[in-house]
Amino acid sequence: MTTDTAPRGAALERPSQPRTLGSSQLAWRRLRRNPLSMLGLAIIVAFVLTALLAPVIAPPKEGARDPYMMPHEGYSPDPQPPRPGHPLGTTEQAFDIFYGLVWGARTAFRVGLVVVATAVTIGIVLGGISGYYGGRLDETLMRIVDVFLAFPGLILAVVVVAILGPGLERVMIALALVSWPGYARLLRGEVLSIRERDFVEAAKALGASDPKIIARHVLPNSIYPVLVVSTLDMGSIVVYAAALSFLGLGAPVGYSDWGQIVSLSRSWILGSAGNALQYWYTVVFPGAALFLFTLGWNLLGDAFRDILDPRLRGST
Amino acid sequence: MTAFVLRRLLLLPFVALGVTLLIFGLLQMLSPQMRAALYVTDPRQLRAIDDIIRTHGLDEPFHKQYVGWLGRVVRGDLGWSETAKMPVAKAIRTFFPATLELTLFAVMPIIIIGIWLGTVSAVNRDRVIDHLSRFFSISGTSMPTFVWGLLLLMAFYGAWQLFPPGRLSLEPSMYVLSPKFRSYTGLVTVDSLLNGQIWIFVDALRHLALPVTTLSLVSCATLVRVTRSSMLETLRQDYVRTARAKGLESTVVVNKHARKNAMIPVVTLSALLFVGLLNGVAITETVYGYPGIGLWGVTAAIQLDAAAVAGFALFNALLLVLGNLTADVLYAVIDPRIRLR
Repeated sequence: MTTDTAPRGAALERPSQPRTLGSSQLAWRRLRRNPLSMLGLAIIVAFVLTALLAPVIAPPKEGARDPYMMPHEGYSPDPQPPRPGHPLGTTEQAFDIFYGLVWGARTAFRVGLVVVATAVTIGIVLGGISGYYGGRLDETLMRIVDVFLAFPGLILAVVVVAILGPGLERVMIALALVSWPGYARLLRGEVLSIRERDFVEAAKALGASDPKIIARHVLPNSIYPVLVVSTLDMGSIVVYAAALSFLGLGAPVGYSDWGQIVSLSRSWILGSAGNALQYWYTVVFPGAALFLFTLGWNLLGDAFRDILDPRLRGST
Repeated sequence: MTAFVLRRLLLLPFVALGVTLLIFGLLQMLSPQMRAALYVTDPRQLRAIDDIIRTHGLDEPFHKQYVGWLGRVVRGDLGWSETAKMPVAKAIRTFFPATLELTLFAVMPIIIIGIWLGTVSAVNRDRVIDHLSRFFSISGTSMPTFVWGLLLLMAFYGAWQLFPPGRLSLEPSMYVLSPKFRSYTGLVTVDSLLNGQIWIFVDALRHLALPVTTLSLVSCATLVRVTRSSMLETLRQDYVRTARAKGLESTVVVNKHARKNAMIPVVTLSALLFVGLLNGVAITETVYGYPGIGLWGVTAAIQLDAAAVAGFALFNALLLVLGNLTADVLYAVIDPRIRLR
C-alpha cells in the first residue's frame, strides 16, 4: 500500500514542479530586463560583501573586546571631518564613522534576518493553521491578529521597547512581535483559496496526512506573497530598528548601528557661525548607508511583486 | 451595505477589548511602583505610592487588576503623565490638535503627487519616465524619516534659516497664549485666520513646511505604487480599448475612463497610508520638536512614563481602528460590487 501511494503522490506534485521552475526562469528574465531591479540586486550584493568582509575592510583594534563597538581615540566632544585614518570623519566622542558603517552592515543584516525569519515563521505556522483548518480556531487567531494590527507598527514597537528596556535584542523582540500578524493574515488568505483546489482534494483522497498536505501542497503554492513582503520588510525592519536606535531605545552609544550613529549627529545639525553645514558628514554618511540598504531591498521587492503579481503576469 | 458596516461595527468591541488586554499585559512587566501613576490624577498622590498599590491592588492577580483598570479607562481616566505634567487624557486633548493639523496638511500633497505620479508611471510603463517616477517614490520611502528630517533641517534651517523647527516662533506663541487670542479649533493655522492674525498664520505655515515635506516624501511611494498597478490593470480592460477605438483623446481615456475605476483599490489602501502617517508622525515630530502627540509619546517612552505610554498606545489604536473602518465604509460606498455582496 505504501509503496503504491508513493509514486502516485510524487506524480501529483509534478504539476507544481515545472510551474515553479518556469516562473523562476521568467522571474530572472524579467529581473534582468529592469535596470532598477538589477540596481537593487547589485546594492544588496555589495552590502552582503561588506558585512562578510567587515574584519578585512575595517579591522578591529587589537585587544578590542567587542568588534561591534566602534573604536574611539579620546573623548573629543566635537565631530571631526574626514581625514587620513578616518576616511568618513568621526562623530561626537570621536567614534570612527567608517568603522561604524562597515560593521553596521552586519548589525543591519542581523536585525533584518532575525526579525524577518522569526516573524515569517510565526506567521506561516499560525496563518497556515488558521487558513487550513478554518472554523473557530481561525476566528480566534484572526481576532488576535486584528488586535496586533490595531496598532501602528512603530508605535507598538516603541511601547514594547519602552517596557522591556532599551537594547538591540529587545528591539528585535519588539519588531518580531509587531511584524508576525501581517504575515499570518497574508498567508491565511492564500491558504484559504489554495485548500479548495483540486490537487489538495486529490491528496486528501489519497490519504495524505494534514501536515503533509500543508507542507507539500498548500504552502509551496501560497508562499509567494509572503516572500515579496519579507523582501520589502528586510529594508523597512532595518529602518524601524534604526528609528528606535535614533530615539535612544535601541543599540547603546558607540555600537556599530547606523541609526545609533545618526543619533550621535543630532546636536550637530546647525554647524557654527559662518559654516552652517560644518558637520554634514555626521548625518550624510550613516544616512546614505541606511538609504542604500533600504533602497536595495525595496527595488528588489518591487521587482518580485511585479513578477509575481498574477494580474500583471504575462502582460510583458 | 448596512450589513457590511454593521458586521464591522460588531467586531469593534472585541478588538477594543483585545487592545486593552495587550496593553495591560505589557504593563504587567513593570513593577507596581512604576504602574502607580496609572491610578492617580494628581502628582501629589504619588508621594504615597504604597497606599496606591494597596488601594488599587497592584500586587493582586491579573484579572482583578485588569477589571479595575478597564473601568477607569472606560471612564476616560488614564492616569497621570509625568512627562506632560498633566493627566494623560488632558495631555491627549492638548497635543492632538497639533498632530491633526500636521497630518491634514501632509495628506494633500501626498494624495495629489501620489495619484499623479502613479498615473504617469502606468501610462508610460517601462519607459524612462516610469523608471524615474518609481525611483523617486522608492527613494522617498527608502530614506528613513529621521534622516530626511535632519537633512532638511540642516539645509533649510541651519544653512538658509528659512523654516525653523517647532510649531510657532516665540512672539506668535506668546500672542497665541495671551487672552487676546481666542482658540476655536486648536489648529493654529485656522485659529489665526479666524482671529485675523495673518502673521501668525504665516509663521505657523513656515513651521509646518519641513515636517509636511518629510511626511510627504516618506508616504507618497505607497500611493504611487498602488495607483500604478491599479491603473495598469484598468488600462487593459476592454472598455478602455473601446474608448480608444472610438477615437477619444488619450488624456480623456486615461483621466475619465481609466482612472476612476483604478481609484477603488487606492481608496482601500488609504488606510495603509494612514498607518504610515501615524508611524511617520511620531518620528517627524521628534526630529522637528513639533509639540504633537507623537513627540509626547516618544518622550514618555524614553522616560518610562507608564501611564502616558499606555494612553498613547490606546489612542493610536483607536485612531487606526477608526481609520480602517472609514476606509472600509468608503470602499463599500464607492464600489457597487462590494455593496451588493
